[in-house]
Formats: sequence, C-alpha cells, structure tokens
Amino acid sequence: MQMSLKRLRPHDGVPIVIFLILAAIPVLALIRSEDYLLSLFERLMIFAIAALSLDLLIGYGGLISFGHAAFVGLGAYAVGILSAHGVHDAVIALPVALLSSALFAYLTGVVCLRTKGVYFIMITLAFGQMVFFTASSLAPYGGDDGLTIAARNTLGGFAFFRSEGSLYYLIWGCLVGAYCFCWMLVGSRFGRVFRGAKENALRMETIGFNVYRFQLAAYVIAGMMAGLSGFLLANATEFVSPAYMSWQRSGYLIIMVILGGLGSLHGAIIGAGAYLLLEEWLSAFTEDWKVIFGPFLVLVVLFARGGLLGMGKDLVRRLSRG
Amino acid sequence: MGEPVLQLEQLRKRFGGLVVTDDVTLDVMGGELHAIIGPNGAGKTTLINQISGLLASDSGRIRFAGRDITALSAHARARLGVARSFQITSVLSGFSALENVALAVQARTGSSFRFVGRVAAEGALNEPALAVLNELGLADLATQIAGELSYGERRALEFAIALAMQPKLLLLDEPMAGIGREESLRLLDVLQRLKGRLPIVLIEHDMTTVFALADRISVLMYGRVLASGPPAQIRADRRVVAAYLGDELE
Amino acid sequence: MSGTLVFVQVLNGLQFGVLLFLIAAGLTLVFGVMDFINLAHGVQYMLGAYLAVTFYLMTASFLLAMVLALLAALAFGLLLELTVFRRLYDRDHLDHVIVTFGVIIFLDHGVKLVWGSAPLSLPIPDLLSGSVRLPGGILYPAWRLVIVAAGLATAILLYALIAHTRVGMLIRAGATHAAMVSALGVNIRRLFTIIFGLGAMLAGFAGILIAPILSVEPGMGDTVLILAFVIVVLGGIGSIRGAFVAALVIGLVDTLGRSFSVDILRLVMGPSPARTIGPALASMLIYLLMAVVLYFRPTGLFPVKGR
Repeated sequence: MQMSLKRLRPHDGVPIVIFLILAAIPVLALIRSEDYLLSLFERLMIFAIAALSLDLLIGYGGLISFGHAAFVGLGAYAVGILSAHGVHDAVIALPVALLSSALFAYLTGVVCLRTKGVYFIMITLAFGQMVFFTASSLAPYGGDDGLTIAARNTLGGFAFFRSEGSLYYLIWGCLVGAYCFCWMLVGSRFGRVFRGAKENALRMETIGFNVYRFQLAAYVIAGMMAGLSGFLLANATEFVSPAYMSWQRSGYLIIMVILGGLGSLHGAIIGAGAYLLLEEWLSAFTEDWKVIFGPFLVLVVLFARGGLLGMGKDLVRRLSRG
Repeated sequence: MGEPVLQLEQLRKRFGGLVVTDDVTLDVMGGELHAIIGPNGAGKTTLINQISGLLASDSGRIRFAGRDITALSAHARARLGVARSFQITSVLSGFSALENVALAVQARTGSSFRFVGRVAAEGALNEPALAVLNELGLADLATQIAGELSYGERRALEFAIALAMQPKLLLLDEPMAGIGREESLRLLDVLQRLKGRLPIVLIEHDMTTVFALADRISVLMYGRVLASGPPAQIRADRRVVAAYLGDELE
Repeated sequence: MSGTLVFVQVLNGLQFGVLLFLIAAGLTLVFGVMDFINLAHGVQYMLGAYLAVTFYLMTASFLLAMVLALLAALAFGLLLELTVFRRLYDRDHLDHVIVTFGVIIFLDHGVKLVWGSAPLSLPIPDLLSGSVRLPGGILYPAWRLVIVAAGLATAILLYALIAHTRVGMLIRAGATHAAMVSALGVNIRRLFTIIFGLGAMLAGFAGILIAPILSVEPGMGDTVLILAFVIVVLGGIGSIRGAFVAALVIGLVDTLGRSFSVDILRLVMGPSPARTIGPALASMLIYLLMAVVLYFRPTGLFPVKGR
C-alpha cells in the first residue's frame, strides 16, 4: 500500500458523521439497556485518540513508531500511581500524565530521531519494552498483574468522571478536540514542514529547515496525546497493567492506523473502531478469533490498498459509476 | 569586485582509500558565475555537497561572506543563503508546484513553529512563490502535483525553489542534464538573467553553456584543481585540453 | 556473591548469547540483504521447539526428532516465503511490519489450537542429561554446554560459508548493495530464498536446542524476538560479525544484570529499595545499552551498508 500524500481538502463530512454517531451511542445504549455498549465505545474512542496521535507520526511524518503504546501506559500509570497514594484529582493527575509522556517522548525522541528506517522502528520498540519491563517490575504498583484503581478521578472535587454518561461525553469531547487539534496542526506551517520532511527530508534541509527539531516536536506532541488517551483509559477501566504498553499493543495501534487508511485523520478513528468492533464481534464467535484476525491483516495489507477508507472509496466510486 | 563571497581552503575528503577531494582551494567573487568542469568521477558533486553542508570535509575550511561555515549544518547554511539544485532533481513530489516554492519562502519568512492558521492560504507565502514560478514560466503549473510534471518542468521547479530562497550563493549541479532543447533554452535564459546578480557555482558538462556563461572556470580532475581562470585561459591551457577538453572541443 | 556463582552466570550468559546469535544471524541477513522486516522470525524459533517435541513423541529418538524438526522448520520457512513474504519485498517497511505481525498473531494462536496452551517439554537425552565437572569444582549442566558448543560450531560454519563460499560472497555483496547484485545478473530471487531458508533453519535450530531446558509454550518467540532485534540493530544490520558480538554482549549483560543487579545496588543503597529497583533496572539494562550505542553510532557497531 503506497503511503501517498493526501492533499488537504475540506473534510468530506465523514468525520462529522462519525462524531454524530458516537454522540448518539449513549442514547442507543439507554434505549436498548445495553450498558456494555457504553464501555465498548468508550474504549473505542480512547484508542481512536491514541491512533490519531500515531497517525500523525506515521501517516504524516513517515515515522513508524513501534513503541507508541508506552505513552498510553505512562498516562494510565500516572493515574494509577497517584491514586495508590491517595491523589484522585484530575487537576493533578492529568498534568502529571501529560508531562510524563511528554518528557519520555522528549528523552527517547532525542535518541530515536537520530536514526532512520528500520533502526528507528527498532529503537522505538526497544524504548517501549523498557517502559513495559519497568512497569512489570514495580511490585508496589502491582507489577505483572497490574493495579486496580480505587476510584476514578474527580475533577476539582466534582465527580465528573464517575458517572458513566458524563465520562462518555468527556471522552467524546477529548476525541473531537484531539481531531480538531490534529487537523489544525497538519494544515499549519509546522504541519507542512513535518509533511515535507516525510516526502523529502534532504530537500527540506537544503531549503533551510532543521528537520530534526520539527520531528522531535511532533514526537512529543503525539506522545502527549497518547498520554491523554492513557489517562482516560485508566479512568474508564479503573485498572492499569503493563499489558497496556506491551509491544503487541504498539503493533495493534499501528494496525488501527493502517486499517483505516493512511493519509487522513478520520481514517485513524475508523481504523480504531474497526479493530475494536471486529475484536468484539469475532470473539463472540470463538475464543481463538485471533487465528482469523492474523490472516485477515495479511490480506488487508496485501490486497486492500489504502485500508478500509480506500476500500470504501473504491466501493463508492464503483457504485456511483454503476 | 572586492572580497570573495565563497572561499574554499584546502578542502580534503576521502572515502575509505579513495581521495575524492584533494586539497581544493578556490574562491568565487560576488556576481561571478564560476563553472566547475571535469570528467565524471572528478569529485564535482562531492565538492558541492561539502559546500552545501550535506557532507563534512575531513579537513580544510569553507568561508561564506567572510564567515567560517565549515561546522555549520546544511539547514544553517541554507538559512544563510546557500541554495542548491541536485544532480538528480529533488523536489517534494507529493506537493503542488506552488507549495514546493512556498515552502522555500516559508523557510525564510517568520517562524515555522506555528500550529495555527492554514498555511496553504497564506498570501504572504503564496504570492512571492507565484512570482518566482512566473519568472520561470511555470505559473500555469502552480496547482499541479510536482510528481506529475515532466522531468524538465521539475528541473525548472527546483530552480524556482532555489530562487525563492533569495539566495546569496547558488550551487547548480548539472542543471542542463537530461532535459530537452526547449527547456534548456529556458534555463539558459534564466541563468543569463541571474548572472551578475548573485554568485553562482555551476557544474556542467555541456561546454557550450559553460563557455557562454562562465566568468571563470575551474577544472577538477581526480579531486584536484587542475587549472582555474577565465574561459580563454582555460581553453588555451595545454594540460586541460590534453586531459579533458580535447574531445569536448572537437 | 561468590566467584563460582559469577563464573556460572558468565557461562549462562554465554549460553544465552550464543542462542540469541543463532536467532539474530538469520534476522540480520534477511534485514540486510532483503531489506525485509521479519517480525515472524520469533515464531520460527517457537516452531522449531514445538516440532522437536512432536517428532520426539512420534519417533522416541532425540537425534531423529532434531533432524526432522530442522527439516520441517526449513520447509515451513520456505513455505512462508513463497506464499506470503515474496510479495512484500518491493513494498515499504510498514507493510512488512503489519504482515509479519499478522503471521505472529496467527501462529501464536494457531499453535495453541494444535498443541494446546499447556507448556510442553522435551526430555534431554540420557547421555547428556547430567552435569559436567568444570575446573574449580563447579557442576554445570551438560546440555547447556552442548548449546554453547553447537552455537559456536554454527557460528564458525556460518563464518566459513559467508567468507569462503560463492553463496557467501553473494550474501555479503547483497547486504552491501542488493540492487547492484541483481543488476550484475545474479538470480536475486533465488538468493533471497536461500537466505530466508537459512535464517529459518537457524532460528528453528535455536528452538530445538532450547526445548529441553525451557518450557515450550505459545508466544515463547516474542520476548526472544525483541532481543534478537536489539542485537541486529546493535551489531549493525547485515553484519554477522556484529550479530555475534552483540549477541554475546547482550546475553552476558542480561544474565549478569539479572543475577547481580540487586547485589550491586546494595553497595549504594539499602536492601529494600535495591530489591525493588534492581529487577527493574536489570530488565531495562539492554535497552539503555542499545540507546547509548545508537546515540553515538546510529547505524550500529559494524554497519555494512555501502555508501
């Protein structure tokens, strides 16, 4: 599948439809009294935020990070560790989550971005593993088994997070906000340099851009956004575990980005949605759904250029022609 | 003419056992078009790479407008006004022609660490970019994707990018290579107009172009400067004729 | 922390390193020559182990089981190459990552379907199941020495292959500049298949060697895979020599780090924090090492790619 650069056009309306559908889910859940729908879609939106941040790096920057789940985990553990010490307020937990992921992104980015290609993929993988193993050996915070969080965060004393409905819309708001931020970033001066660096870094350097600085900034921003999703994840599931940052999770994040189709932002949301819904649906059939999922992935990459979005566009094109 | 704009002092570069730049000393005056000629493998592109900052020399100094830029990175040199074209045309294939040039304008106009505002609509960037494209006869191709342009058009686009940087030194690596008659005439025309306005270092194989445009010519052979001087002097230099020009001038 | 303990752990580290080399060698060649990111390399290792167990159950002969498993691992690797990977050589790295990741998911769970999720084991042949008396009076498990010997022998054979045969020369050339080799008229497809098969066999061999002392279970290839990657990157992509050096270093650092981190930390802090930080630090050690090396040498210790 070619990583073709999609020129920015006014959004096709697809993102708006997505957000409207997502906003309507709680109503649907209420009507059908299916509470699990809420938690399923909460997770969907949370992973969509993480996938968005990774799409920034991969789709727009050509930086294939295989350790992105580490930032999600850092955000989640910020909530978990603070909670274990009796600090429950989001006013503290959120900045800590964001700062720790930003700091980790900065420190590792400084090293990673000196490498290219396969080396970059490997070194991001290695840093992700580092965080994973560190979390696994933190016995006071659950180690391998993870840590149950006593209660969700409060927002300045208000139990905002503790009602399922308000948590859902809070996450929804974060997703919309993240999407708008990414959209703005990609079309900005910064975004154009970042995208140009993916296209032809050498050219950019000889025009006068210090590509490294731009990539580092983007890496930190993406890390922070993933940290946000981790913060939300810990609150939604009331649990943190090293599994949140396993390399398999990083792999699944990449899959979400690809599944939806590179080169567009809402593709990441669609990809995250497709992955999670597929997981729900297939696991209802059989416990060994992954045996089907593996080959499915292989086939998507081999034959479905442009991911699901691409397939959708092809379909629309064929239908309108027919 | 005063002080030289570019001074290369005893540059040396080797790749393993191979010496590609052997004690090269030369200078370029303001407004001068200085051609560098020599057979393939003489180290011309390597020299340009060292001047533009993509390759670090093993020893020697490079001075630009009196300032020692030997330790500066490529992007820092570009900011100082060193612009270049590549032997194999290098543009942003997925971007439009206008955006390619607008990026060059963006690099010298204000900060690019701005996260707000749609850059594609910035008149302050697009207008100068369009003007440069116009100068090179590429204005109608402005919205076309660079990857879809013909080779000659992409070469001209690369020129436009360099010009949009408002450079104080232009390094051109075989700009005439691989393009058709009409396009080379167009580029020649541009070079004629630029001549005198800013110092240009031109690597070329096409001798007609070289002798028509150059104020001075340096001949590079096995990484060393064999001879350097005005065209007439080079043409008459026995060593140069014997070693390199002999076949070319027949 | 006694001298004998250190010595034993050094041996363990060498044994681990040698095993990792077997896996990393194939990986570095595939990366280097074919520019193909093969995340599924770890499952080759896992399959080697599973196949060894199965063939032993069928034949009751350890030697026969080993040979059959090796052949089956090779066959499987070639099958994968032919059916799936071959189409990916011209695609970008991202596609490699996704597809091979898909293969891992498929096989990690497929293996569960075929063999069940309970860990299996392979008994060591009686002749080699005892311990060997080493200088200093230390008793060291014979099979571990077998692993070290087998690994070193393979390393020497590999070296001979790469440095002194025509195929080896093609491999070295391919690792430096694959397009050039192809342009020179060499059947690059066949070369790729050979390299891939070789790598699969080496990984399978490592799996067979480890089966008697480690429990054979689904997903056992995953941790080893990451380490193999670290080794490949550290040693320099495409370099067997680099892979050998890096593998031994990683094997030693990891083993010694895990054994002695707490003790070393106790020298500078109290026993309780040492016991908490020690294991965490030990597991991070290799990655920190890799980060430091890559910071100064972004292309590894013995980079091979030509300019």
